[in-house]
Amino acid sequence: MFNTDTLNALRRLLLAMADDHLIIGHRNSEWTGLGPILEEDIAFSSIAQDKIGHALGLYSILNEQLGEADPDTLAFMRNETDFTSCQLVEFPIGEYDFSLVRHLLFDVAALIRFEDASHSAYDPLAKLARKVKGEIKYHVFHASTFVKQLGQGNEESKARMQSAFNQNMALALGMFESFEGEALLVQQGIYKGEAAIRTAWLGEISAILQEAGLQMPDVDKLEPVYGGRKGFHTEFLQPLLDEMTEVFRIDPAAEW
Amino acid sequence: MVNLTTDTQAIWDAIATVMDPEIPVLSVVDLGIITDVQITEEGAVQVRMTPTFSGCPAIKLMEKQVHDAVAALGFEQVQVETNFDVTWSSNRISEKGREIIKNFGLAPPPKYNDQPDMKLLEHTACPYCNSSNTTLKTPFGPTLCRSMHYCYDCLQAFEQFKPI
Repeated sequence: MFNTDTLNALRRLLLAMADDHLIIGHRNSEWTGLGPILEEDIAFSSIAQDKIGHALGLYSILNEQLGEADPDTLAFMRNETDFTSCQLVEFPIGEYDFSLVRHLLFDVAALIRFEDASHSAYDPLAKLARKVKGEIKYHVFHASTFVKQLGQGNEESKARMQSAFNQNMALALGMFESFEGEALLVQQGIYKGEAAIRTAWLGEISAILQEAGLQMPDVDKLEPVYGGRKGFHTEFLQPLLDEMTEVFRIDPAAEW
Repeated sequence: MVNLTTDTQAIWDAIATVMDPEIPVLSVVDLGIITDVQITEEGAVQVRMTPTFSGCPAIKLMEKQVHDAVAALGFEQVQVETNFDVTWSSNRISEKGREIIKNFGLAPPPKYNDQPDMKLLEHTACPYCNSSNTTLKTPFGPTLCRSMHYCYDCLQAFEQFKPI
């Protein structure tokens, strides 16, 4: 029902979304045992678990409907340059302020993506998205609650939140890097398109920042950090993949 | 010889003996994750399930337990498949299931129209004393489906099976 060019664009879209969720999921899991308070330890760990579930759902569509390798192979056996995740997600967790703000910027975009995808003309994606969007709503609720509280906390918390936004914003704009065949997906009602998602995202992020009493960085003056969707990554991705695949490389048949 | 009506009921009854591993008194049927049971004239059974959360770690275990419960009735061909054709929401939990969740010490998820409002979480009724003088401590808990709350009246921390 879709032609080859459309299917290839669909593969690119699903792979980029899946890789983003796998990598941010892994990063979020690095807070397990290290959260600044117990509740945040649990929150980041729970969100990580959801993200890996979302990645699995997307990889499963690629495998079952579009003839790609099985999810474990896609997640654990590709080279760094085959990953099309944006660079935002691969950065180390840093301090809690950096991770919290990245979590907000990522999840607001993810919610817009999946809410739109729940009406996608590509049925397997629509079905998955109807499930996933309800979960991401909790992620956005979590992130925005804390950002607002810290933005309105004391001088230090406010300054750290602001600096985390300034640090993250150019990276976050890289989430909306256009990919080959994207226009075909938009034309056929499969996907909203990066430009439209970016516009909706900017609106939501500004509103949250305003409520938090923080300044929206001037995005027109920022150079979005692109490259991830084409397989260009920072020095941080390979070590993450090495760690993520360590057990799999030692024993591909390991069960737990 | 297959009797479609009585056998289908027997299969549902068998599946209802499988419990949610995270709330081991709540059956997968009352949880609302069993979306379809089909049996052919030849006696092949197909059960369809939908996950509560897409990252639910217990789904493979529940698939196997459902399979084994149906196979124990004597059916030789049993297929259990999990997919997203029917979207699970907490509204799918039965009335009996809500009662069981409450007796287990968790606040049951409030029913909602269209989509859950996060404000629903702020004054969840305490499962111990029914007071609504409560606060949300965090939307994430010991399992993916739970949030954590505190009751100002009976001074107890409690968990909710959250609306989703």
